[in-house]
Amino acid sequence: MSERGQGGAPVVVARGLTKRFGEFAAVRGIDVTVRPGESFGFLGPNGAGKTSTMRMVSAVSRPSAGELTIFGLDPRTHGPEIRARLGVVPQEDTLELELSVRWNLEIFGRYFDLPRALIRQRTQELLEFVQLADRADSRVDDLSGGMRRRLTIARALINQPEILILDEPTTGLDPQARHLVWDRLYRLKREGVTLIITTHYMDEAEQLCDRLVVMDHGTIVAEGTPRELIDAHSTREVVELRFDDDGDGDASGDGGRVARLGDLAERVEVLPDRVLLYVDDGDDVLSTVHREGIVPASALVRRSSLEDVFLRLTGRTLVE
Amino acid sequence: MLTRLVPVIGSRRARHIVERNFEVYRSQWLMLISGFFEPLFYLLSIGIGLNKLVGNLTVGGRVVSYAAFVAPGMLATSMMNGAVIDTIMNVFFRLKITHSYDSILATPLDVNDVALGEIGWATGRAAIYSASFIVCMILLGDAPSWWVLLCWPAALLTGVAFAGVGLASCTFVRSWQDFDMITLVQLPIFLFSATFFPITLYPRWLGALVQLSPLYQSAALLRGLSLGQFSGVMVLRAGYLVVFGLVGLSVAARRFARILTP
Ligand SMILES: Nc1ncnc2c1ncn2[C@@H]1O[C@H](COP(=O)(O)OP(=O)(O)OP(=O)(O)O)[C@@H](O)[C@H]1O
Ligand SMILES: [Mg+2]
Repeated sequence: MSERGQGGAPVVVARGLTKRFGEFAAVRGIDVTVRPGESFGFLGPNGAGKTSTMRMVSAVSRPSAGELTIFGLDPRTHGPEIRARLGVVPQEDTLELELSVRWNLEIFGRYFDLPRALIRQRTQELLEFVQLADRADSRVDDLSGGMRRRLTIARALINQPEILILDEPTTGLDPQARHLVWDRLYRLKREGVTLIITTHYMDEAEQLCDRLVVMDHGTIVAEGTPRELIDAHSTREVVELRFDDDGDGDASGDGGRVARLGDLAERVEVLPDRVLLYVDDGDDVLSTVHREGIVPASALVRRSSLEDVFLRLTGRTLVE
Repeated sequence: MLTRLVPVIGSRRARHIVERNFEVYRSQWLMLISGFFEPLFYLLSIGIGLNKLVGNLTVGGRVVSYAAFVAPGMLATSMMNGAVIDTIMNVFFRLKITHSYDSILATPLDVNDVALGEIGWATGRAAIYSASFIVCMILLGDAPSWWVLLCWPAALLTGVAFAGVGLASCTFVRSWQDFDMITLVQLPIFLFSATFFPITLYPRWLGALVQLSPLYQSAALLRGLSLGQFSGVMVLRAGYLVVFGLVGLSVAARRFARILTP
């Protein structure tokens, strides 16, 4: 394995990391270790404290309590040195809208004190990498959301960072644009760049992350690989049933029905719009449901996902 | 001593902010040019119009043309307006609308570098515009002596002091509506700072109040220098501007840090 391989010393270590805004604690004593070359995720709903954590890990916002080291350095005393080796893709794009795509990359290179010739060369390479070479002279204003996101990623790479921090890299993008971003992130990962990603999309976390933590209300409620988390906190399959019982109101209206379904599954979750049965063999259970004379308006059998893990751990769904 | 102070107020990286602003402005050349023409228009309109109307007046026992009297006041005003527009409007834009600083702070630059860079930029801008103003004064015959060259550093001091206070005010602006408040402060300062006529024409109580205006202090300082009428009071006037600017800067630095890295 190369120097950047998974074996090296951890690149980020947080112990009891806390961020308070006045009285309110947005991050409440989290422990995280990120190893070089891995892609590490923070999965959580709105307000979980993901961005607050990312801003501390980017050596921008000061921790209110706890310990944090990045590359073994303390961000309070070595901020500029640390940031010189990081790339940051913030949750909201902060591009200069009235200026050109190329300019946005070049000026960023200057902030890192890179020589102009090198900046020009990297700008060209990065524009090709994110498929924006033909838009180099367009104003950022004229780009689509997906293009802006890619430009923000290219900008974060101008200093060839060892860690790339991405705060919700694909929120608001259409499926095609998302896949393009994911593809570029895979490539970076293959090149040995450590990725730290926040998301509230479970499929994104499953696709991109080697290891992840599930965050809720500023704390970490579970940690592991996507597979480990699913195995530990959910069953193999899930049967999703929808009912349209007008007379009874919501799906839980028929109390007897939920009790009967409960006998068939390891666990039942009643959501406003559907009922989830956690089982090992979905098709088998679904046919039993039908045999019992319970007739859902629609039924679906699927594999367990991180969404189910989240629901199990917090009692809430990820995307409201 | 100096090397120990520099890391506190920002590092060499601050120059990238100047570089950034310069490149942004280069693409807005119309705005740059208007900065050059503004003083020329001021001086011409006064020279042609008011000067004829008002004629000469006596300042410190010496007879000077109205244009020579009013030009330093215009220079002071132009320094104030330039600094206020540049810092309050543009910095607000970068701070709250485009969030440029948020992305800049993810690079090796920190909050002090940003503040120092913006002040550096304001200084450079003031240096160029005040120089062009003074050149216009000389060419139009509104400068009675070569002492007018001393107006340059004094104009710079004015520009930087107002930029410091502008930077501080900008951190209090929440939305575009609040700019009306700034105009509400700026306009009376402009109108009641004895820039158009001698302070002796004010009633005594108002004259005392006018003394508090940094614009008046700047105009009086510039006028003294331009007319070659030196006195110890000028040191006090310059000192007043220094204090005014430093208070602004220290408030700005503290508020900037609180907003950008909560
Ligand atoms: N500057 C701030 N001042 C006060 N409260 C803040 C500040 N920034 C964040 N918070 C609060 O901290 C909590 C966590 O916010 P944070 O942005 O870290 O969440 P998040 O997980 O990134 O959410 P989202 O998915 O919506 O981006 C929220 O309740 C938020 O209101
Ligand atoms: Mg967030």
